[in-house]
Order: sequence, then structure tokens, then C-alpha cells
Amino acid sequence: MDLGALFGSFDNFLSFTIGGLVFGAIYALIALGYTMVYGVLQLINFAHSEVFMFGTFAVAWVFVALHGTSSAQWSLGRSVPILLVALVAAMCTSALVALLLERVAYRPLIKKNAPKLIALISAIGASFALSEAMGLRDKFAKFFGLDHKLANYVSPGKARDVYSNPVSIQPHHLFNIGHYSVTDVDLTIIVAAIVMMVALDQLVLRTRLGRGIRAVAQDPEAAALMGVNGTRVVQLTFLIGGLMAGAAATLYMVKIGTTKQDAGFILGVKAFTAAVMGGIGNLRGALLGGLVLGVMESWGAAVFGDQWRDVVAFVLLVLILLVRPSGLLGEALGKARA
Amino acid sequence: MSEPTTDRRAVLEVDNVTIKFGGLTALNEVTFDIKEGEILGLIGPNGAGKTTCFNVMTGVYQATSGQVRFDGAPLGRLSRHKITKLGIARTFQNIRLFKSMTVLENVMVGSDVHSKVGFFDALLRTPRHRNTEAASLAHAKELIELVGIKADLDELASNLSYGDQRRLEIARAMATRPKLLCLDEPAAGFNPAEKLRLMELIRKVRDSGFTVLLIEHDMRLVMGVTDRIVVLEFGQKIAEGTPAEIRDNPAVIAAYLGVDEDDAS
Amino acid sequence: MTTPSLMVPPTRRSPLQGLGLWWDDRVDRYNAQPIFLKAIWVFLALVLVYALPLLRPPGITTNQIDFGGVMFDCASFALVALGLNIVIGYAGLLDLGYVGFYATGAYVTGVLTSYHWHWPYFFSLPVAIVVTMITGVILGAPTLRVRGDYLAIVTLGFGEIIQKVVNNTGWLGASGGIKDIAHPPTIGTRPTPPFHQGGAFAIPHLQWDGLIPSLDHEHVTHFLVFGALDAIPYYWLIVTILILVFLGDRLIKASRVGRAWEATREDEDAAELMGVNTFKYKLLAFALGAAIGGLSGSLYASGQGGYINPQAFLLIYSMLYVAAVIVGGSGNRWGAILGGVIVAYLPDRFRSLGDYRYFIFGLALMVLSIWRPQGLLPPRRARRARAAAVEIDALEDGDEETAVADV
Repeated sequence: MDLGALFGSFDNFLSFTIGGLVFGAIYALIALGYTMVYGVLQLINFAHSEVFMFGTFAVAWVFVALHGTSSAQWSLGRSVPILLVALVAAMCTSALVALLLERVAYRPLIKKNAPKLIALISAIGASFALSEAMGLRDKFAKFFGLDHKLANYVSPGKARDVYSNPVSIQPHHLFNIGHYSVTDVDLTIIVAAIVMMVALDQLVLRTRLGRGIRAVAQDPEAAALMGVNGTRVVQLTFLIGGLMAGAAATLYMVKIGTTKQDAGFILGVKAFTAAVMGGIGNLRGALLGGLVLGVMESWGAAVFGDQWRDVVAFVLLVLILLVRPSGLLGEALGKARA
Repeated sequence: MSEPTTDRRAVLEVDNVTIKFGGLTALNEVTFDIKEGEILGLIGPNGAGKTTCFNVMTGVYQATSGQVRFDGAPLGRLSRHKITKLGIARTFQNIRLFKSMTVLENVMVGSDVHSKVGFFDALLRTPRHRNTEAASLAHAKELIELVGIKADLDELASNLSYGDQRRLEIARAMATRPKLLCLDEPAAGFNPAEKLRLMELIRKVRDSGFTVLLIEHDMRLVMGVTDRIVVLEFGQKIAEGTPAEIRDNPAVIAAYLGVDEDDAS
Repeated sequence: MTTPSLMVPPTRRSPLQGLGLWWDDRVDRYNAQPIFLKAIWVFLALVLVYALPLLRPPGITTNQIDFGGVMFDCASFALVALGLNIVIGYAGLLDLGYVGFYATGAYVTGVLTSYHWHWPYFFSLPVAIVVTMITGVILGAPTLRVRGDYLAIVTLGFGEIIQKVVNNTGWLGASGGIKDIAHPPTIGTRPTPPFHQGGAFAIPHLQWDGLIPSLDHEHVTHFLVFGALDAIPYYWLIVTILILVFLGDRLIKASRVGRAWEATREDEDAAELMGVNTFKYKLLAFALGAAIGGLSGSLYASGQGGYINPQAFLLIYSMLYVAAVIVGGSGNRWGAILGGVIVAYLPDRFRSLGDYRYFIFGLALMVLSIWRPQGLLPPRRARRARAAAVEIDALEDGDEETAVADV
């Protein structure tokens, strides 16, 4: 344990905090998908991690398509046009996967009013299948005889290896807090995530769509009697969750630049942790939970060493649940439970 | 049926109990008691505080001031399963059986309250396990017969008719050998013929030695079966007495005047 | 209610329902027989189960990998599923970090018999069970009080933590793992490789030419040598333990404890108000599940060539265990065993599908849960409830009249 690493200098402390916020913002965006589905259906959307993972690949593919394969280092400003295309592509891809998931893995079970546990198993199955499908993309392409045409996208024979953006985005120093240099990449991620979450929060609070969601979350039967289309609302929550996961995927690729067919798993678990920590079903809770989790695990990694990052995250989760069983902000979107 | 009960020992005493939720006073200085071997009716219009009263008597809520005494001792802050062990059992207004367990098993869960059989007794099938199990089984069968469930003992609770499900709830509560049996609107959803049968059953339960607290909406049922009645309105006790006294009590008539026909029928 | 309910609502007859009916029929026929015939059936079934890896029946036998090893895996998974079934199926607690207990058991045995001490295997086994059980109590005591859904995430976290801890702790071998874990003692002469295989005698396997069996004297199992070369003795050991656990499970389920579990699963509040100390029984289920997880982990550590590393305890295995219980039929011990065997066996049997096997496994899991949400072999009573529910639906209108007449 090395407390000095974290608290030795204020600069270190800031740098770990901001690094934590960056990941926290990404967790928060993914957490939305869990929290909204849980709020409305009371089930753990286990396959949401794959929704995110497909988004990261969409980003990488857009870069391959629009930029080619020569790896380059670009500034954030220079890559903005491609990034915007990638953002749209990732959001669309993730939303599509999320909707597909709802249609194939959940709706038949919701219709049968099956136990939640079964929905979870279906989700685990879907998660396996989606993740493996991405890992087998070269084989699928080969089946259609396209593996050479699409070689840059499906990486024949190496589909299970790390797949990266051809463009790595070079962070630029913007200004200092203390001696810590804040980069444009960090700032963009944090700001973009927060802006999106605020927009979503307002959507749910103020619009008709949002009222529908909240109505179904509180009492599906009463909502149905009042003319709210339950299936529509469920679709909408998956759609929104997917869009946000796509956005998260884009920000993740800006920061990390590489992905893999199983990249979603641990991020998904963390994001779900963030959702539970903030109070599952609560949108603002997801933001708070994400940021707290990001910062705390970053501090934890500084003190105990990077390999303990995940352990810190989960120990934190357990502690918070013991002290505040309904999360930091309580459960708002879903109904209050005794 | 209204034999004198005043000289009997009180099983449960509600002594000057007040309950406040935030600014709202749900119960205001309510005092009454339940005597051993009687059927006490607790009635009142919707929102009168019946449920709150019920919950404070079964230890779910704690009184803001005042005291609830059970068997002479104050009912403290106990976990819910210990309350049952102490001798207060209840049924639920909206039936809450263990649906995928059999009729017999449902009742045996109740009898298990006083069982001392542990994990190792069960694993090693000790004599204690065998004896307790045999006794529970016999007791459960008796109760099922007493409440009049005709279905197979191995039938799943969820497959019973509505009436039998209500009866099973009563049998399950009786199996815990309570000193006080609380029935929470046992006639909800019953038609007149079924209600008649229920009244008989409640009397039968009392006659086999139980003390019964009956919370009920249906005046005819309450009037027909109880020994004494306590009437609540807006968190206050407005009357207490035999059914005949209550029927003629002006305050009660006023409270129930204009009450929906459904409720007062 | 948010506790997972295992009641299955009526749906139309699913294509796999036949399996449940077939199974009911078998059980009924078996029950109808006199005791000595029952004993003969049980004996024959046991002989078949024990001899299976020697018989190598065509069609079932995996060709690309050692069949004995596959059978060992199947039996291990069945044991794990049986333990997890107590937690999920009986008590209704969703445990997504079961692999954490498995790992705990394996590492206790690894540390005690090889890495730090050199205990004989069977001394380490009870310690592994007890340590895992204590771990379960430590984890369960605080978390079983919080809502059911959260238990899922807390246990998920636990599974992940255990894996990371062993991966990062030098004292536990870190990412290199632990090797040379002790084997159970040999019966007969000790093997002195490479010339003498040891054991009391050698049992030849069968080999099949189409449907014609012949003895294969090149591949033999030495009775009884536990080692890295032959998984069959380990299979026998684990099947024996499986049977013992199965019998214990049966006794417990049909007792006050089993009733308390079921009542808690069905309606926790009602159970509590009927005097069931739900917390105590949840903790008991959790600790028992943990103990069986630790037991399987310990057997795995010794059986898997005496070598373990953190990669064997990835969180994904927890998902597979849960899948095994649910696919088999949550709440039915036969179902759990079937589910465990299927989940372990399919990926190995269809190794020829190569990289596609987990993809197909995922799809199969999804299709199965949609097609047959109650699992392949749900508890008999759930099957009966379904049949009755259909009947009641049909009688719905007449039902009230019946009730009147009845009352």
C-alpha cells in the first residue's frame, strides 16, 4: 500500500481524480442502459455490455473506412469530422443491437410473464452469442466469401485479437489545474457524458415520452390502463440505453483506441455496479455512481497498485450497499419497494 | 354467543397508543384490549386506522407513544418471526400463500415455528426429527380438516379454489399455535353463502380455544360473529361494546352513514 | 415482489415438455415397484454410471479429447450445480459469483497440499470445505439482508474479487498458479513411472468398431491410482461424493429446513410472519451452497492434473453454473445434475464445431430459456401446477359456481 502515491502531492491526487472522472463518465453512460431497463422491467440486462462492445467496433470500423489502415496520430480537432460520423454510427449500431436484444431475448419472455431469473439466463445466452459472433466475424464473412474484401474489418484469423482504431488520438494540453495538465480528450469525455446525461434526465422528466417511461416504471398495469403502450416504452428504454452505450463506446475509443470481442464484459459489470451504487432505476444515480466509482477505483489503483483496481471497485460496492442498501440516491425511476 | 367476557384475562392490551407518520396522526390515544377466548371485531370506515392498528398490534409498527402489551409484557421491538413465536399469528387481506408448496406443506411451515429440529437433525434423521415431523403432520392434518379444505393434501396451494385458499391461510396461521389469531378481512371477495360458512368457521376456531381478532369491512359478518367490537374513525376509538350496543350507537351510525353500500352491506 | 418467483405461468405446451412427462412416468413406474426390484434398478443404474467412462459408448464418447476427462468435468459440473441449486432453486437467492467459492476451495487445497504445506489430500479437503463455508457466511451475513437483486451483484463482485486476488497475490501463486497439488492416496502398489503404473489391477477400456465392442488393452485404468494421466479414478471419486451430497440434499429438502427455504423463496414477508427466521435459513442455504462449491473446487484442484491457475476461475464460469441450474430445472436436484452435465458436456462433445461452440451454446441458452423457461426437468410440482393452471383456465367461469356450492 502506498498512500504517498495518491496523497504525496496534490498534483498526483488531481491527476488520479481526473483520470477517474474520465472512466467514471464512460461507466455512467453505460450504466444508463442497465438502470433504465431495470427501472422499467426490474431485470438485469446482462447483455448490455455487448451493446457497448458493438459500439466500439462501429467506431473502429468508421475510422478504417474513412481513414484507411495506416496508423496515424491525430489531434482531437483534426479527427472531429470522422469522430462525429463514428459517434452516429456507434449510436446507431448499439441502438440496433439493443433493440434486437429486446425483440429476441426479452420480449418473448416478458410476454409469457416468465420469472426474472429466466430472463437473466436468456440475457446471459444472448451475451455469449453476441460476443462470440463478434469474435467469429471473420468466419461469418468467409461464409459469404467476403473475408478478403472485408479483411480490414473482420481481420481474418485474428478476429479474436485486439482490434484497434487506425487513428490514435493524441491528447493536447489545454490548461493546468495545479500542475496537472488537463487535456482536450479528458475534458471532452467528461463534458460530453455529462451533457448527454443531463439531456436525457430532462427528456425523462419533462417530455411525454419520459412520462410514459416513468408511468410504466411505477405501475405497468395502471400505465397500460391509462393507454401507455408498454411494449413501446420498453423498446424506447432499450433504444435510449443503446444510444447512450454507443456514445460511451465512442468516448471509450477516443480514450483507449482498442477493443476486443470481450471488451464489454468487465466494463458492463462495472457500469452495472455504478448503477446499483447510485441507486438502480435512478438516472442521476447512474451519473453519480459512475463518477464515484471511476474516481474511487482510480484512487484505489494509485494506493494499492493498478492490478487491484477492480477489487477496489467491488469492495466499494459492497460497502455502499451495506450502508445504503438502495444506493447513494435511492431508487427513483422504479417503484419504491419496502 | 355474547357470553360475558369482561372478567377474563386480557391477551393483548392496546394502552393509549398514538402513532404518527411525520405530521400525520394515524392513531390517536387508542385504548382497548382483547380477552382470552373471545372474538373481537375491529371495524371502521376506510382510512380509519384499522390497518395501522393491526400493524402496531402485530409488532410491525412501533407506537409513537403508549404501549401494546401482549400476555402482560410490553411488545418490544422484535423481529417479525419472533412475534409469531411469541404467539401472534395473522392472515393476509390479499392472500399470501406459498403457492408452489402443497396444502400440507403450507400448514407445516406454520407448525415448524415451535419445532426445535435443526439442520443436523434433518440430515441424520434423529428421533427428534421423526417425532416432531410426525406430530406436525398430525396437527396439520387436523387443522386442514377443521377449516374444511376438501382438496388433496398434496395439492398445490395455487391450485386451490379461492375459498379454500382463504381457509388454508387460516389453517396455516392456526398451526403456529397462536395465543392471538388475527384475521385481516378474511371475507374479502366472498359471496354471501361463503361468508356464512366463514362465520361458522370463525366460531369453530374460537371454540377450539383460540382468541380471534377480526378486522373486517362487512358489517353483517362482524355483527354476526364477534363477541365485542371496537370502532375506529379517523384514528380515534369512537365506540366499544357488544354488537347490539354498537348497532345502536349514534356515533357509529354517523360514521357509517353515507358509506358506500358495498362497504356497509 | 422482487424475489425471483419460480412459479411458472401457463403457456402453451412447449416442445420439450415431453421430457418432463417421460421423466414423471419413469419415476412413477419406479415407485410402483417392490423394494427388491427398486434395489436392483438402483444397483444397475449405479453400475452403468460408474462404468460409463470405461464403456465409451459410441455416439456419446468424445473423440478429440479424453473421454474420462470429459466425464470428470461433467460430474464436477453436476456437483457444482447441485450445490448452487440449493442457493438458487431452493432458497431463491441469485448467486452470480459461485466460482468464487469454487476457487476458494481449490486454492485452500493448493496451498495446503503443495504451495506452502504438504498435507495429504484428504486432510485438506475438510479444511477447504470449512474455509469456504466460513467465506460464505462472511459474505452472506451482511448481504443477505439487502434486497434479492443486489445479492446478485454483490456475489458477482465477490467472484471477480476472488479471481483478482489470487491473480495478484504471490502467496497464492499469482498468475502462475499452483502445481503439484496432492492426489488422493493410491489403493494397491504405488506407481513408479514410467515403468510401473501401480494400483491393484488394471481395467481395460472398451473400444468400438461401429457397434461391435472389443477390449482395449492399450488403454487401461489402474485401480485405484489418482494421477494426472487418468481422470477416471477422479470421476469415480466425484460420482461417489455426488451421490452422498444428493442423498443429503434429499433428506434436508424433505424436512423443516427445506420447507423454510421454499417458503422464503415463495414469499419472504409471509414466511417471516409465519415465524420462519428467513435470514437464518437464507444464510444456511448460502453457506451450504458455498461448502459444496468449495468441495468441488478442492476436487477440481487435485483432479485437473494437480494444477490450478486463476484463468480457471473466470467470472464467466459463474454464469455457466447458473445456466446449468436454470437450464436443468431450478429447484429439482435431478434437473440440476442434468443441467450440469449438459453445460459441461456439450462444448466438449461438439468440439468439432471448433470456435463456433460458445456461439452456439449462447444461442442454445437463449432459445432454451424462451422455449422452456422452467428448465428441462423442473420440480414435479411445478409441472403439475402448469397442468392444473391450464385446467383452471378452462374452468374459470364455472369455478365461482363450484365455489359457492362448495362453501
